[in-house]
Amino acid sequence: MSGQSAAPPAAWVSASPAHRWWWVLGSRIVTFCWVEVAKIRHDRTELYTRAIQPVLWLLIFGETFSRLRVIPTGGRPYLDFMAPGVIAQSALFVSIFYGIQIIWERDAGILTKLMATPTPAAALIAGKAFGASVRSLVQALVVLVLSLLLGVGLSRNPLDYLGAVLVIVLGAGFFSMLSLTIAGIVLSRERVMGIGQAITMPLFFASNALYPVHLMPGWLQVLSAVNPLSYEVDALRALLIGTPGNVGVDLLVLTVACLAGIAVSSALLPRLAK
Amino acid sequence: MKAVDDVSFEVAPGEIFGLLGPNGAGKTTTIRVLVTLLSPDAGSARIFDLDVSREVMAVRRQIGYVPQQLSADGGLTGWENLMLYARLYDLPRVDRRERIDAALRLMGLADAQDRLASTYSGGMIRRLELAQALVNRPRLLVLDEPTIGLDPVARGDVWDRVEALRAEAGTTVVLTTHYMEEADQLCDRVGLMHEGRLGAIGSPDELKERLGPDATLEDVFRHHAGAGARLNEQGSLRDVRSVRRTARRLG
Repeated sequence: MSGQSAAPPAAWVSASPAHRWWWVLGSRIVTFCWVEVAKIRHDRTELYTRAIQPVLWLLIFGETFSRLRVIPTGGRPYLDFMAPGVIAQSALFVSIFYGIQIIWERDAGILTKLMATPTPAAALIAGKAFGASVRSLVQALVVLVLSLLLGVGLSRNPLDYLGAVLVIVLGAGFFSMLSLTIAGIVLSRERVMGIGQAITMPLFFASNALYPVHLMPGWLQVLSAVNPLSYEVDALRALLIGTPGNVGVDLLVLTVACLAGIAVSSALLPRLAK
Repeated sequence: MKAVDDVSFEVAPGEIFGLLGPNGAGKTTTIRVLVTLLSPDAGSARIFDLDVSREVMAVRRQIGYVPQQLSADGGLTGWENLMLYARLYDLPRVDRRERIDAALRLMGLADAQDRLASTYSGGMIRRLELAQALVNRPRLLVLDEPTIGLDPVARGDVWDRVEALRAEAGTTVVLTTHYMEEADQLCDRVGLMHEGRLGAIGSPDELKERLGPDATLEDVFRHHAGAGARLNEQGSLRDVRSVRRTARRLG
C-alpha cells in the first residue's frame, strides 16, 4: 500500500500481539469454555433433559444390578463400581453428537468467521472440543451428587476430583473430536446423528463401564483395549472410588488419543469451511 | 476448474473498494483468498505488505471479516458475541471492555447489548457482525455482501455506519456486492467481476463517463460482461489488461 497517506489514527494501528503456540492453544480453550458456560447460563433446558439418562442408569440399572450381585466388582457394591462408568458414559453421549453443532455453525457463517481469526486450525479444534467438555463436567456433577445421595463410597481427597476433571475433559474432548472428524467426512447433520447413534452403544458396551474387562469374551476384550472409553472409566474408577487402576497409563492413552483427534479433525477443518 | 482467473487490483488506504458482479462471478472466492481461507493456486495477494498465503496469522490480525452468511451466535448476547472476538484476537484484558463498548456504540447496539442475538432484527444482526469485526480495530475490513437480504432502510443504515467508520478510523474497506446502487453510493472505486474475471476498475462516475452520457453502472456492467470479444479492441481497457498479469496486490 503506497502513495496515499491516509494513515489510520494511532489508536487503530494497535494490531493485536502475536503469541507462542501454547499460549494461543490455552487461550482458545479458555475462550471456548467461557462460551459454553455463557450459553448454558442462557439456556439450561439441555442440562435438565440430559440429566435424565444418567439418573435412569444409576437409579434403575444400578440399583437393580446391585441386588443381583453376579458381577465381581472387587468387593465393592455394584452401584459404586458403576457410578464412574455412568459419568464416562454420559460424557460420551454429550460429546458424540458435537459434530452436529459444527455442521450447524458451518451452515451459518460462524465457522468461516472463526477460521479467519488468528487461531490455527489445531487450536480452534482443541478449543472447541475441550470447550464442549464443559457440558460433560456439569453432567458429571449431577451423577456425583446423585451418587452421594445413593450412598456410593466416593473419595474424600480433593486432588482425586481434580484428576477426575482432567480425565473427563480429555475423554469428552476426544469423543467431541471423533464427532468433529465424522462431521468433516460426512458434512451433514443427519449423517452425523445417524453415525453417532450407531457407534455410541458399541463404544459403551465394548468398554469396562458396566462390567470388568476380564468377564468379557476375548474378542470384546480386544475392542475394550483399543476403546478410549475404557481408559477413561478405569481412571475415574481409580480416582473416585479407589479401585486399583492405572491412572498414569490411562492419562497417557487419553492424551495421545486427543492429540491424534486434534491432528485428524484439524486436517478436515478446511473441508468443513468450504 | 477455475473459479477465479486474472484478478488484479490494488486498494489505497482509507478507500472503500467494491467488487461488483452477479452471483457466481467469483467475488466470494476472491474474498476468501484475501482473508487467508483459501490459498491461491497461482498468483499472490498482499495485504499491508504481508503475503496472505505465507504470513497467515499476521494478515488475520490486520483484518476484520464479515462473511456473507449470518455469522453471529444467537445463543450469546450481543456483548458476548463481541467478547468472543476480543478474546480470539488476543486483545489485552485491560482493553477488552473499552473496545467492545466502542464497537457497539459505533454500530448503534449499546442499548441491545445484553439481549440474546437471536432476538435481533436482520439489520441489527448485520451491525452486530460488523461490530464483531471491528473489535480488533482492523486496518482492513472485508465485507462479503454486507447488505444482502436487508430492507432498504437497514441497507442505508449499514452504508452510513461503514462511511462513519472510515471517517472516524480511516479503515480501508473491501466489499463485494451485486447491488449496483450499493456500488454507486458507497464505493470510491469498483471492480466489475464476471465469470471469474475482473472487467474494469474505476470510480463509479469514471466508469459511467467512459461509456457515455446518462450511462448507469448497470449499463457499464452489461457493456463489459456482455461483450468480452470486443473488450480487447478498446483502448479504455488497455490499462486493465496491463495489470492483469501482475500479482494481485492489496494494501
